[in-house]
Amino acid sequence: MIKGVLNGLTTAAKGLSLTFKHLFASNKQRVVESVKSDNYFEQQNAKGTNTIQYPLQELPVPEVGRYQLDVEIDDCIVCDLCAKICPVDCITIDSIKATELIGLTSDGSPKRIHAATFDIDMAKCMYCGLCTVVCPTECIVMTNTYDKSVQELDLLTYKFSDMSEELAHEKRQVLEAQQAEKQAAKLAAMKKKEDGE
Amino acid sequence: MSLIITYIIVALGLFAFAGAFTLFGVYAERKVAAFIQDRLGPTEVGKFGSLQTIADMLKLIQKEFITPAAADKVLFIMAPCIIFVAVYLGFAAMPWGPGLVPVSLNIGLFYVFAIISIETLGILMAGWGSNNKYSLLGAMRSVSQIISYEIPAGFAIIAVVMIAQTLDLQQIAVQQGILSTVTTKFLGYWDVSHVGGILSWNIFRAPHLIIAFAIYFIASLAEANRAPFDIPEAESELVAGFHTEYTGMGFAFVFLAEYAMMFLVSMVAVMLFLGAWNTPFPNFASFKLANYTTGLAWGIIWVTLKTLLLVFAQMWIRWTLPRFRIDQLMNLCWKVLTPLAFLCMLISGVWRLLLM
Repeated sequence: MIKGVLNGLTTAAKGLSLTFKHLFASNKQRVVESVKSDNYFEQQNAKGTNTIQYPLQELPVPEVGRYQLDVEIDDCIVCDLCAKICPVDCITIDSIKATELIGLTSDGSPKRIHAATFDIDMAKCMYCGLCTVVCPTECIVMTNTYDKSVQELDLLTYKFSDMSEELAHEKRQVLEAQQAEKQAAKLAAMKKKEDGE
Repeated sequence: MSLIITYIIVALGLFAFAGAFTLFGVYAERKVAAFIQDRLGPTEVGKFGSLQTIADMLKLIQKEFITPAAADKVLFIMAPCIIFVAVYLGFAAMPWGPGLVPVSLNIGLFYVFAIISIETLGILMAGWGSNNKYSLLGAMRSVSQIISYEIPAGFAIIAVVMIAQTLDLQQIAVQQGILSTVTTKFLGYWDVSHVGGILSWNIFRAPHLIIAFAIYFIASLAEANRAPFDIPEAESELVAGFHTEYTGMGFAFVFLAEYAMMFLVSMVAVMLFLGAWNTPFPNFASFKLANYTTGLAWGIIWVTLKTLLLVFAQMWIRWTLPRFRIDQLMNLCWKVLTPLAFLCMLISGVWRLLLM
């Protein structure tokens, strides 16, 4: 009985002295260091507060972080592979075939399709990174940006296409005209063939 | 007529003090908790987060007061008022300085103890009125705990009263300093009536009063429902205990009462054991430190400082020790504190008869 009481008192005193020490260790604030630094794991033994005051201090993340998706639209050949592989269908691509070669991507692939829309809904994205794997020109990548809080849900749909409505409309009409022309030529050729027989 | 106005002013002053202390107490509690746990606590609202509690209070005032459909409406609404008023009335008899006491009562200590007990009733009303199993469990735990712990606290107090021979808090206070009209002896043999300071405080008047102080302090934690005796509102088991169903101003009053209670029980401890409004500096030789630092303004400063020190100790203990289980709680009360308090009372009687 008495032993128990004494034990309780000594352990309580031990705990109280420990917390008292921590109470006055608080004037030192945590130094934010990258996980690469040598004494990163020694920080847990350091004296002082352990809080990272987030918007003011940020823990460095690797440059090759896999967070937000980003598309370099000039390098995109609009092959639609990313949209097809996406498990949650968060990528919406609306394509218009070009009537001629538009240009080359930075790795030399020919671009023959316009991307009228290239939307990624980050609210749906599950960060699996499959789209970055299948992309033949490596134009869709994951970046090290992780803080993307927005005021409205709409703003989470990232629009990467740089085509204006008018331009898309114009390109569609050019395509229709070309296809009509082709169709006409085809019909003419068939007629000629029939006539020839 | 002017007397009534004075009473109203005093009452409003005490209410304002309770409110101001709650604002400060919540901020201090959050900061102490944060530093002990190597965190920073509130930092955003005002410099070092000092306006955080004012922002919280403004939020609480704006909130709707919701009465659950199944609640006993009268009890539910009355409970926070009774809880707060019981604690608030306790302040009436507490002296703040030489000659400065809201109500001079010759049974002051008895009155304070009786009026604090009414808080139990308010808690039980809140628990029953909420018609919620957690609230009711919390309230029942609270009542059993407070009633149990009043016994060691009461005997520890009687040990002091037997030495002081008065229930008037102002007289108990006067005896512990240089203004004393009776002879005060340090540990029973050295006359320190004109030396004053820390030497003439009640805890040094007799050695067993140090133990009585420890008993009273532990019991006062339980009476204020503070950790490690916070089983009535044990967050991890009972949501929030007896005040689970309260919102807005009802919750604010319960909160106000909790912090006012912390201050009140600490203040009672200061009155009875730690020299009340007397200075801790003794007179020695030609340095009449005690004479310099005794007076009305000094009295208010000393009593506030000492009480805040005890309040800090309460917070410190809360963020260090884990919560007691109910059987451990009752064990400590009935098997350790109560017999010790009895012993202190017995020694007090013998001390009074043989040594004073």
